[in-house]
Amino acid sequence: MEDDAPVIYGLEFQARALTAQTAETDAIRFLVGTQSLKFDNQIHIIDFDDENNIINKNVLLHQAGEIWHIGASPADKAVLTTCYNKTSDSRVVSCAAVWRMPSDWETGSHESPDDTAHNPQILELLCHLDDSAHGNAACVLWEPMGDGKRVISLADNHALLWDLQESSTQATVSSTATLEGKGQLKFTSGKWSPHHNCSQLATANDTAIRGWDLRTMSQIYCIENAHGQLVHDCKVKFWDVRNVQEPVKTLEEHSHWLVNCKGGRGGGVHLLHLDLQNNHF
Amino acid sequence: MAILLTDCGPGRRRRVHGMLKLYYGLNEEGKAAEEPESLDPCDINGPHFDPELYLNKLRRECSLAELMDQETCMVKQIRSLDSDMQTLVYENYNKFISATDTIRKMKNDFKKMEDEMDCLSANMAAITEFSASISGTLQDQHTQITKLSGVHTLLRKLQFLFELPARLNKCLELQAYAQAVSSHRRARCVLQQYSHLPSFKGIQDDCHAIMDKLAQELRQKFRDGGSSAKDLSECVELLLQLDEPAEELCDKFLSHARSRLESDLQGLEAEIRPYPSASAVKDASARRLSSTTGAGSLTNNSPKTNTLPSPTSNTDILEFIDRGCNEFVSSLCLVITSYQELFINHAQTGELASKNIPQMANAKLHVFVDDLAARYFSLVERRIQEEKGVGDNSLLVRALDRFHRRLQAVAKLLPGSTVPNKGTEIVIRAATERVKQYLSALQSFYMDSLTDVRQALATPRLSVAGASVAGGGSLLGGPASGRDAPTSLPELLSSLSASILNQIKSVLASVHLFTAKDITFSNKPYFKGEFCSQGVRESLVVSFIKFVCQSSRQFCESAGDKGGSTPPALLLLLSRLCLDYETSTISYILTLTDEQFLVQHHSPVTPVTTLCAEAREAAQKLLNHYVKVQGLIISQMLRKSVETRDWVNTIEPRNVRAVMKRVVEDTTSIDVQVGLLYEEGVRKAHSSDSSKRTFSVYSSSRQQARYAASYTPSAPMDTNLLSNIHKLFSERIDIFSSVEFNKVSVMTGIIKISLKTFLECVRLRTFGRYGLQQIQVDCHYLQMYLWRFVSDENLVHFLLDEIVGSSAHRCLDPAPMEQSVIEVICERG
Repeated sequence: MEDDAPVIYGLEFQARALTAQTAETDAIRFLVGTQSLKFDNQIHIIDFDDENNIINKNVLLHQAGEIWHIGASPADKAVLTTCYNKTSDSRVVSCAAVWRMPSDWETGSHESPDDTAHNPQILELLCHLDDSAHGNAACVLWEPMGDGKRVISLADNHALLWDLQESSTQATVSSTATLEGKGQLKFTSGKWSPHHNCSQLATANDTAIRGWDLRTMSQIYCIENAHGQLVHDCKVKFWDVRNVQEPVKTLEEHSHWLVNCKGGRGGGVHLLHLDLQNNHF
Repeated sequence: MAILLTDCGPGRRRRVHGMLKLYYGLNEEGKAAEEPESLDPCDINGPHFDPELYLNKLRRECSLAELMDQETCMVKQIRSLDSDMQTLVYENYNKFISATDTIRKMKNDFKKMEDEMDCLSANMAAITEFSASISGTLQDQHTQITKLSGVHTLLRKLQFLFELPARLNKCLELQAYAQAVSSHRRARCVLQQYSHLPSFKGIQDDCHAIMDKLAQELRQKFRDGGSSAKDLSECVELLLQLDEPAEELCDKFLSHARSRLESDLQGLEAEIRPYPSASAVKDASARRLSSTTGAGSLTNNSPKTNTLPSPTSNTDILEFIDRGCNEFVSSLCLVITSYQELFINHAQTGELASKNIPQMANAKLHVFVDDLAARYFSLVERRIQEEKGVGDNSLLVRALDRFHRRLQAVAKLLPGSTVPNKGTEIVIRAATERVKQYLSALQSFYMDSLTDVRQALATPRLSVAGASVAGGGSLLGGPASGRDAPTSLPELLSSLSASILNQIKSVLASVHLFTAKDITFSNKPYFKGEFCSQGVRESLVVSFIKFVCQSSRQFCESAGDKGGSTPPALLLLLSRLCLDYETSTISYILTLTDEQFLVQHHSPVTPVTTLCAEAREAAQKLLNHYVKVQGLIISQMLRKSVETRDWVNTIEPRNVRAVMKRVVEDTTSIDVQVGLLYEEGVRKAHSSDSSKRTFSVYSSSRQQARYAASYTPSAPMDTNLLSNIHKLFSERIDIFSSVEFNKVSVMTGIIKISLKTFLECVRLRTFGRYGLQQIQVDCHYLQMYLWRFVSDENLVHFLLDEIVGSSAHRCLDPAPMEQSVIEVICERG
């Protein structure tokens, strides 16, 4: 990959949500969710052919609203979650839901791209991950390497652990954790740790990073001022949860704002970043 | 006949001589004449003269009259030559006659003398005969006398021998040891020789017994040691003559001296405080410090003062060294002198020299001196190490000088000794240690000054007498000024800068004492070279400057993410301080150092340019950080204002939001603050009415084009993409780029960060119609006031344009407000 020029793929709308589809083992596949207030939003399925250094794409419609976060099931490559904004009657509500891709979406990939752009297929709703008691969902996390039955959603200052049943058509809250503190605290992002038997969760609120033990749903560590507060300061910091005093490594090479950052599969060497400003990644 | 020589005069006689000589073939030098003209057969004076040729020539060449003249002249010459010859012959004859007379007279005299000599020889023979006969008659008597005399001597010797034991006993009684020993020595060989005769054997045994007793007494006396040096030396001398082993004596002498010297050392050791109870010392030293030095003195700030009690409350270092010199070193010198007198100088002359005693004794002395000196040095070093207070350096320097000076006496007495060199090494170590202490004192002074500045910044416009920078005090206990604390930034800066410079100067002056001319060790190569360049310049001055730069950089690293532990004003002030260091202060300090210490750089030293570069880097980093911190403070206000509002359900804007006014106010006060320390800087030419020009771009073509793109779902992608790519390359703004050292650049950086945050926050929200309009109003207001702060007003235009554009993009019902209405609202305030 190092020898090849970066591959650029243009999106119709602005986008903030990106995930790698880990359940897909045959292809290198990413899912991108778009943000548009006025049109039906889309989920772009992007296959990267690393032998030819080219991209294949498919588009699915996500009519529920603009997508702020996207997550792919680690067990079923057709299942994914989104957090989206629903606008109705001059009210904006953040929701989260589990979706299934239509079974025949892949057949469309061999047709001309124009075709798929014009007649995109629609996602099938499996269930909502909404609990009216727990505010706006910021992101949904799948249990890493799990069987696709457990997800966590972060909504305002709550972390909710859901069990998915009946082929993911039903979701029930199994436990919750709440972030207490001064002011209106709000989770902005999170990551389910694949280590320690998947019993740890890391969340971000404001400039702090917190770790949670999912068995007791209690906080286990906190890194205050882990990152620059307001304007993203072009840094990627690596932290070791065993020593939360100092970052392991800080990268400052990125000249653009980093909105979303994910470790790649190959030992975490590759980083993919979504450049919000320019709708490219 | 004609003749050549025509003239006659005073030279004539000479010439006649010459001609005679020529005639005999001699020239003036007595050699055979070889002149070429003499070969001329016509030269009448030459040896090859041919009369025929000459006559023919004359006849051919001359007229008759001339011939006549020639003839006359020739005749005249012949006559004169003849008369000359007669005179000479006569003179010779006379001399010959007188010689004959003389010889005859001598013949007569010799005859007479011969007769007298014969008579003399006859007389001598008679005398010889008489003498022989007299000798013959006296021979017998002479032999007898000689024999008698021999017997007499022998008898006297025997008498001496027989009397010897008694005599020795008497000497012993009278303590006339020297006499006893010399008597015994005289008899010893004889007694040894005749010891096979019983009577002599008896005497020998007696003598031995007595001498053993004597030696015993001498040893006792030597051991007691109470006697004077002269007695002692006599004692040793006698013992040596008694064949007492010299090595043993040396050892005894030295061990005896050692016990005395060790008591001196113990006295010294007692001076070094054997660590009494810590609290008492703490109290004592605290009391002493507070009473003797100013409140800001560095000694107070050194944490070591409390943990390691300084024994100075007992005796100061000068007294200590004095005592060491007067007691230990002078006793040591005395010991060396008397030892050398006894075992080395004395032995060199006598028979002892042959036994290699001087060498042995000398080696022993060296070991002895080295050993004791090492102990002395370790005590001195312990004492020096306790000198922590950097208040008055002159005391230490004087003490070291005295210490060093007194060791020179040892050097003179004991030429090959390593002691003086070791002493010099101690002085060098002490000096190096001192330099280190001064460095840390300077560092803590600097940090304290910064704390004071911090306090002054935290309590502005108040007279803080105690906590002012001036109150930081001077190192050497100068009067802490009681004037009011300077509160404005430039005043704080200049007073900080001045107090640091003063401190450096006073430290330099203190350290300079080490190299003063009247200090004995100042002419050692170390103090002339390495101390100045590596010690003072590098380890002290350069290290301090580096420390200033490094500590400044630390403010940027620690405070950045951990929430502004460093006040922004301090960052700004330090940045200016570092910049001033870069432009002038560093080169001033280094020049001052080089001049004071006449540094000759034998080893490579840090060049001024390196330090300046470091200072500049620190200044840059601080200023960048200042921009970031201030930018984030304003960003925070903007972010909260965007995040906490429901932008969908908001009422139609009537006013500019209060937070925007606050942003403008804060920006203005930052502008004032920066303006106090930094120059204005350059900005691009303003348009004639910058505040009014707002959003003409937005409201016209560009924004419309963007909307158009969004409204047509099928084919907008390419144009949108293209315009975005174009934007990426043409108008990219580097938000956290380095700022220049001027006000405009600083303000530009802060405003860039603030507006960029505003933009990012807007992009995370969804707006209703009036939400968008409120943003329009707010942005117009910002435009009216912010353009004047930045270097390029287009930057503000561009970012505000982006904000409005983004909120329009995030708007459910994007119906922008009329420009005229916006202006009215903004002008109303």
